[in-house]
Amino acid sequence: MADATPGARARPLSPHAQIWRWHVTMAASILNRATGAALYGGAILFMGWALALASGPVAYDDYVGVLGSIPGKVVLFGLTLSAFYHLFAGLRHLAWDSGKGFTPAVADRTAWAALIAAAVASVAVWVIAGLMGKL
Amino acid sequence: MGGFRTPLGRARGLGAAKSGVGHFIGERVSSVALVPLVLWGIWSAVGLAGGGHDDAVAWLRSPLNATLAILLALTGFYHMQLGMRVIIEDYVARHTTRSALLILNLFFCCLAAVLTVLSLLKVAVGGGAY
Repeated sequence: MADATPGARARPLSPHAQIWRWHVTMAASILNRATGAALYGGAILFMGWALALASGPVAYDDYVGVLGSIPGKVVLFGLTLSAFYHLFAGLRHLAWDSGKGFTPAVADRTAWAALIAAAVASVAVWVIAGLMGKL
Repeated sequence: MGGFRTPLGRARGLGAAKSGVGHFIGERVSSVALVPLVLWGIWSAVGLAGGGHDDAVAWLRSPLNATLAILLALTGFYHMQLGMRVIIEDYVARHTTRSALLILNLFFCCLAAVLTVLSLLKVAVGGGAY
């Protein structure tokens, strides 16, 4: 909140999104924030699950019924993707924090790796769940 | 939770270096904890999927599952409070709106954390039948 002093003069702005050439590290960064925001919703679903569980079998069956419906499954698959992507992107951030992986070539490769790993891990979890007869 | 002090207040006090990295470190340390907790959470969700209330209650009455579920909730709500704070600070320029949203985000995350942990504890240690 340091730069939100009331009555302060307008400051010069840095060049904004539309003048940049699109590149994968930019997409990876934006997706990290977007999936973080999506997981805010996922955490609220976790809270709802705990509340329904504590409220008894009727509430629990209703809640799980909504999650298990087709729209519910679509949301849950999106949250699986978000969780895995945010996790892998978070590992990139931890590597950067230790001073590693900053060169453009490496940053590009790890961005692709995080995107692909998230897709593969999410599909794998849902395939395994399907093979276990959970879907 | 810090960061509500004004720049002048901070300058008159101990200086930014005393607390300026608090948010950064909190976000990183919670993210390290969340790596195993979220993987365990996804694995547990697959196990619980398709099951009924009895299965979920039996699962949560295992002390290990209850402990990890509570840690996932506490660490997750803490981490998301920090993350949403940055999003609000980046995109909401108007002072009053920004402060209101930051307070709302903090209150909501605290409410959600206590509600989730209490619900989990009620099932985990409550005993009795439903």
